[in-house]
Amino acid sequence: MKKAERIGGNVASYVDDRTGAAKWLRKNLTKVFPDHWSFMLGEIVLYSFVILLLSGTFLTFWFDPSQREVVYEGSYEPLQDIKMSAAYASALHISFDVRGGLLMRQIHHWSALLFMAGMIAHLMRVFFTGAFRKPREANWLIGVGLVTLGIVEGFLGYSLPDDLLSGTGVRIAEAIIQALPVVGSYLAFFAFGGAFPGEAFIPRIYTVHVLLLPAAFLALITIHLMLVWYQKHTQYPGPGRTEKNVVGYPLMPIYMAKAGGFFFIVFGVTALLGALASINPIWLYGPYNPGQVSAGSQPDFYMGWLDGLVRMFPPLESYVLGYTISWNILIPGLIIPGILFTLMALYPFIESWMTGDKSEHHLLDRPRNNPNRTAIGAMSLSFVLVTLINGGNDLLATHFDLTINQIMWFSRIGVIVIPPLVFVITKRICLSLQRADREKVLHGRETGRLVMLPHGEFVEIHEELTPAEKFTLTQHLQPKALVVPDTDANGVKNPQGIKGKIRARFSQAHVEQIPAPTESEAKALGSGHH
Amino acid sequence: MNSGIKKISRYRRHRFAGPALLIVALITLGTTFQVASAVPSSSEKEIAPKSTLIEEGKRIFNFGCSTCHGLNLEGSGIAPSLIGVGGASVDFQVGTGRMPMADMSQQAMRKEPVYTEEETAALAAYVASLAPGPAVINEAQITYERDGNTAEGGELFRTNCAMCHNFAGQGGALTQGKYAPTVMGVDVKHIYEAMITGPQSMPVFSDKTITPAEKLSIIKWIKAAENEPNLGGASLGRVGPVTEGLLVWTLGLGLLIGIAVWLTVKAK
Repeated sequence: MKKAERIGGNVASYVDDRTGAAKWLRKNLTKVFPDHWSFMLGEIVLYSFVILLLSGTFLTFWFDPSQREVVYEGSYEPLQDIKMSAAYASALHISFDVRGGLLMRQIHHWSALLFMAGMIAHLMRVFFTGAFRKPREANWLIGVGLVTLGIVEGFLGYSLPDDLLSGTGVRIAEAIIQALPVVGSYLAFFAFGGAFPGEAFIPRIYTVHVLLLPAAFLALITIHLMLVWYQKHTQYPGPGRTEKNVVGYPLMPIYMAKAGGFFFIVFGVTALLGALASINPIWLYGPYNPGQVSAGSQPDFYMGWLDGLVRMFPPLESYVLGYTISWNILIPGLIIPGILFTLMALYPFIESWMTGDKSEHHLLDRPRNNPNRTAIGAMSLSFVLVTLINGGNDLLATHFDLTINQIMWFSRIGVIVIPPLVFVITKRICLSLQRADREKVLHGRETGRLVMLPHGEFVEIHEELTPAEKFTLTQHLQPKALVVPDTDANGVKNPQGIKGKIRARFSQAHVEQIPAPTESEAKALGSGHH
Repeated sequence: MNSGIKKISRYRRHRFAGPALLIVALITLGTTFQVASAVPSSSEKEIAPKSTLIEEGKRIFNFGCSTCHGLNLEGSGIAPSLIGVGGASVDFQVGTGRMPMADMSQQAMRKEPVYTEEETAALAAYVASLAPGPAVINEAQITYERDGNTAEGGELFRTNCAMCHNFAGQGGALTQGKYAPTVMGVDVKHIYEAMITGPQSMPVFSDKTITPAEKLSIIKWIKAAENEPNLGGASLGRVGPVTEGLLVWTLGLGLLIGIAVWLTVKAK
């Protein structure tokens, strides 16, 4: 028994003497997790959530979620005697008249951004390594749900202080609700309890922001982690790692220490940002007033791509049976994001359908070894990136001496042209990296040492890889394309119809890769002549 | 004298004669241009008495502005007429260095003024003498510190100015490369003149739209914003969430990923 396991056992027996849970505890405390930096992205998100709960609770002690009008009499001079909502006044009170209030507000907002950024980074890791494959499709769906809720929760938090910027955001949200054909205006009246802005919206979203969504997060995160626990963590391929084991360190004490330490590091970095960098300086924005708007009003980054889509869409509108349909908001604000998130949620099932792969996977793919998936991911990212760039078009224009019109046309064309290009380029890069791996396995690593042979020939010494390295570079699966028969047993032509043909085409694209060197190929070159 | 020339001519085939001659020629050429180009500015300073302010303004105008704005301020295809723009407009455009323009791009930008204060005053006096318009504002008239109200100025700024100049007066983009410049670090008289003359894409805020007292409040708020310390730490440009998002992805997540790599690095 390893020392680490013994310590785990000791803790277990201490608790067992008092609760009789030894067997269960011992099993779980010595549970092994693989070690890789990219497995800690999810932890950043989890810890940010804890920080959000703590700092958010602090803020609720003073925040007054009410749109009743008050006159400001706090200590921020430039807003003295201005009429504003109680929500904004109390947010100013937290910032200037509560000890540590501004720091807590800034920590809360920075950790919200880290929460979202970490989630997106974690999602990219899971996607590009194929960690969503069977049996983890359900956890992928929960993850997509968490990202969606995170965007909503972040937006509500951004709206709560009722400053000029948040009010502008709420106004856009109202416009998106109104863009729903037929029911839009009724829904908007329902959400705002009357005409915009009304007095109902902030109290309502406050309840959702501090009660409903955090509870939903707590539930989903718990299930997410329980599934990781139960299904065991995936691992990167390497010698000794199989689909049936997990190579790593036990939870107690290694991961208890690592994860515990990492929590404090995340808290520390968030506090550092909160202390050193201003975020959402609501006192500069001023109170919300529907008659005002600021140049360069932007949402937080996780909404920026949606804003960019709305900004680039051409002004289209139809008038049908007495109803106005604002395509310019409906399509970029609801339809495109809806399609994107649906495709993202369904991707594990789409890939499994394309490849016909129904087996379990606990070993991760190196992104290059699945060129098609990596290219799809890069393509989607490039789409979002172009829209995100357009979301900041006004700032890009002023800071880089461009014109908004140029940026808008770049994005309008780019959002259609760039993703396919990125797909092709990424796929070619992946295949080239595979070729490089193949070269490395067969001919060794280039050392840069040139040697002159007795007969005058110059050769570069190639250093042979270790067997472990060779294994890692050649272990990946070499899937075959699905065979869709032209005629079935009864002579019926094309039995699966057009669906079968499409599937065969997708499958062919998906399995395209450079064959990994076989043992005999390696042996043939094994003499190491160069 | 004759022997002197002879003495020099003895060296005319010397191997350094060519280069030496070239250097002498270059120096002569350079000095000539220097003197020639210095002529106008030295002659401008000679005529300075106040009684001839308008005349001096006319001279400077004809010399520096009439190419585009016309000899009688009538304007041309590339520049607007200046009839009736008033001294305030000249003082703003020339005093902030926007005129003369550096190039014919989207809009005149603020730069080091080309003309001195006296020359600017002369130009303004000349333009104002031909047709009535808003007069140059005297710095002493702008008693914003005494008569302005910061909070009210903030409300007025957010209602009338922030949509182009941003909530903190940092400036913003307009269409086709035009922009609303930052209002930070601008002389109070220039802010006032901009409001009454509406330069470039800016609308005119007449005394009926925004009363003189309200203008003083706006100026007071702008100066308060300019001098306000960054209460929450590094300001990140006071341009809203874009720079915040940039920082969280680079410094925030970047630092945490760096630490994660360090935590999981294999012991060697």
